[in-house]
Amino acid sequence: MTDQEPAVHAPALEMRGITKRYPGVVANDGIDLDVRPGEIHALLGENGAGKSTLMNILYGLARPDDGQILLDGTPVQISGPADAIARGINMVHQHFMLVPVLSVADNILLGEETMANAIFLDRNEARRRIVELGRRFGFEIDPDVKVGSLSVGWQQRVEILKALYRDARILVLDEPTAVLTPQETEEIFGVLRRLAKEGHSIVFISHKLYEVLEIADRITVIRRGRVVGQRVPAETDEEDLAALMVGRDVQLVVDRGQSHPGAVALEIRGLKVSDDRGIEAVRDVDLEVRAGEIFGIAGVAGNGQDELVEAIVGLRKPSAGSVTLKGFDLTGSSPRTINEADVAHVPADRHRFGLVLPFSVADNLVLTSYYEEPYAHGLLRDEEAIDRDAEKVILEYDIRTPSPDVRVGTLSGGNQQKVVVGREYARDLALLVLDQPTRGLDVGSIEFIHRRTIAKRDAGAAVLLVSAELDEVLEMSDRIAVMYRGRIVTVVDGPTADKNEIGLLMATGGEARAPGGQEPMAPEPDKVMP
Amino acid sequence: MIGDRRVLLDVRMRKLGSVVLLPVIAIVLALIVGSIVILFSELLIPGHTFDPLLPFVAYEALLEGALGSDNAIVGTLVFTAPLVLGGLAVAVGFKAGLFNIGARGQFLVGALGAVAAGVAVAGQPSIIAIPIAVLAGMAAGGLWGFIVGALKALSGAHEVVTTIMLNYVADSLLAALVSGPLKVPNSPSPVTFDVGNAAYPVLIGRNGHLGLLIAIVAIVVIWWLLYRTTRGFEIRTVGANPDAARYAGMRPRVIVPLTMTLSGMLAGLAGTGEILGINHHMTSGFSTTVGFDSIAVALLARSNPFGVLPAALLFGAMRSGAGLMQIKAGIPAELVDVVQATILLVLVATPVIRRLLRLRGTPAAIEAAPTITKSYSGETVVR
Repeated sequence: MTDQEPAVHAPALEMRGITKRYPGVVANDGIDLDVRPGEIHALLGENGAGKSTLMNILYGLARPDDGQILLDGTPVQISGPADAIARGINMVHQHFMLVPVLSVADNILLGEETMANAIFLDRNEARRRIVELGRRFGFEIDPDVKVGSLSVGWQQRVEILKALYRDARILVLDEPTAVLTPQETEEIFGVLRRLAKEGHSIVFISHKLYEVLEIADRITVIRRGRVVGQRVPAETDEEDLAALMVGRDVQLVVDRGQSHPGAVALEIRGLKVSDDRGIEAVRDVDLEVRAGEIFGIAGVAGNGQDELVEAIVGLRKPSAGSVTLKGFDLTGSSPRTINEADVAHVPADRHRFGLVLPFSVADNLVLTSYYEEPYAHGLLRDEEAIDRDAEKVILEYDIRTPSPDVRVGTLSGGNQQKVVVGREYARDLALLVLDQPTRGLDVGSIEFIHRRTIAKRDAGAAVLLVSAELDEVLEMSDRIAVMYRGRIVTVVDGPTADKNEIGLLMATGGEARAPGGQEPMAPEPDKVMP
Repeated sequence: MIGDRRVLLDVRMRKLGSVVLLPVIAIVLALIVGSIVILFSELLIPGHTFDPLLPFVAYEALLEGALGSDNAIVGTLVFTAPLVLGGLAVAVGFKAGLFNIGARGQFLVGALGAVAAGVAVAGQPSIIAIPIAVLAGMAAGGLWGFIVGALKALSGAHEVVTTIMLNYVADSLLAALVSGPLKVPNSPSPVTFDVGNAAYPVLIGRNGHLGLLIAIVAIVVIWWLLYRTTRGFEIRTVGANPDAARYAGMRPRVIVPLTMTLSGMLAGLAGTGEILGINHHMTSGFSTTVGFDSIAVALLARSNPFGVLPAALLFGAMRSGAGLMQIKAGIPAELVDVVQATILLVLVATPVIRRLLRLRGTPAAIEAAPTITKSYSGETVVR
């Protein structure tokens, strides 16, 4: 185990001249990073900039071709995750590595049985320590509650506890707020600040600029494998950081201009949809989207948004209610019928629905129109027409690919999403259904997709935008609905919407609003301490 | 852009590497394992003086038997033709994400259809008789495949289970028909009439029949169907990502039975060739190793229609040369099964082999491909 004594002079972690080459790419090109004890250090960069590679090297998952890692001033070789953990480096992944059916304590102990030399685990001692650790960092947690019954925000705390339990001194958090409501984000920030105050060093990976500005002591920006700048929050702003990240000026909030809503295009009445387990996920939803407006649906992921979208585009049969588009009943129609009614769909999970990863970019661009002229004449595919139009879309949508024949699976996430967007936006639309259209994308790609979406709106399409990113919904929408446990709990005007109010509704559905302005936001404490 | 091109080239080289290198490694490993088996078996023969070079003698004889003369080469081609068709049958299934274990049953039922129709039109001119017998064989095999596809589409019954079951049904059906309605009356043994004019003409050598040509044409047709038609695009999409296929408005419930029918037709065509090209009649003992060899062929070819040809040639040559090996080196022809099985094992264990040999490429192949079907649909695994 590592020495627990805090080193005052040396940085807790220093990475010097880290270089990592993969065939054809230099993922890290001489990156320097130093993190002081008690510092929250943000690592900012677009997808593919090299953040993950750098952190994988730190965690022992990849070996650098060049460069050095120093802990408290001492050069070390990290041989693997177990070694990293033993040296006090811990990672909290974006996708939690928790077992839902196990209790908090069991999840934290998981893996410990291979670390400890003892055959038996002292669970009582472990539970005591977990409670104590939680208390020390400002959250009390019942070690016996099943992780699956916790809210996402609390699951994240379990991940952090897991790291602390293993005496983590350096904590790497990869996009920790991606799945949280604004209130939950604030609470996690509180936890992180306390950790830092106790001398822990935190590497905070994010692409949300305002969050980085709020939480970080220092910010290191990397682009294309190199450090392009280091900033202190007091001396920078979002525009500056975005420009550093992307390498050019970026418009963070796309000017949405004036919308000119027309007649009602999409009309949903009394819609009920069940999820895969047969549980009613959408309960009696009514909504109307007008041509030429963006109708945003805010909500914490898993409140029925996916099922609602799937029912609209024909991937899921509703159990009751109706979906009509410009007067035509589309309830329960096939995806193809709906597609041919000029409905486009950008699915939440592009790997599951939106793309066929082993197929070429060109084939993916005709995924929904492969059978129509000019791409096919009867049964015969017209490869030339497919390639020709693919090249057009690649240019127009700025898809960075060496050629249309490249497998889409080899592109970066942003470029993959541009393939989906390019395909779906490439025609005149009556309705555009966007489900998490910018999830996991970098600011440059987000700006691009938002711009194109506004253009579609102005061309007269009705746009339904579902996003767990509240900021995205707020920036884009002309009207906003909040979805909570399968119901639309409110519809408000977009430009004048209040972020906190909507965040509150996302978390509670407006049910648990305590009287007299008392703090209503303890995230379902009944679940935490039953 | 230059960097991009280099990446592209690099990706292509790596792809080529994994397409060609792994099968070659598999074959070499299999030959080594075969040698070990030969050496061990030597030790078990009482009074035999140990000859460490016997494996080389055996492989030399195998090679000579397969390619040593014009007749041997034609013989190899005759063994290859049904493997090409069977390999295509399994490969087409893989493309749609279906693991057709039932090529054997479809082969037998196809042969049955061909012999029944062939006997009925035996007296007609060949130009009429052959097409009728061929179509009957394909239709019978296609029906056998369709049953599997329909069961999967309607009830979700897994094709691996249903095809294995239908293999047994095919065996019994064949025995029943050949010793019943198709039997030559008053014949002492269960055997059908001769197919007469429905027999394939011999085109080259002693027995190089029309089936060879049909196999080559089938490769081109299947490639064209898979890569140049919308239906082929649907088949490949359903295989590579069924959810995306649904999203794209395709109907897996239609594509799956369609693909299984096509697969069955190809296997049936292989069985047809065996009857019309070689046996010209059927006994109740009619059987085949083509069905299972086809799976190995498709795997070795990574489901690529053109890759099926070299893979089938390899297995055809081994089957063809096994006889001479048995005579010259005293090694049972079953050694070929050992070699084939080893090739298969090595291919199925691709990720393990990669790790053992520290090959670059896809350590994530296992995660990316949750089932064996997916991993060997060719497109999924070569990343």
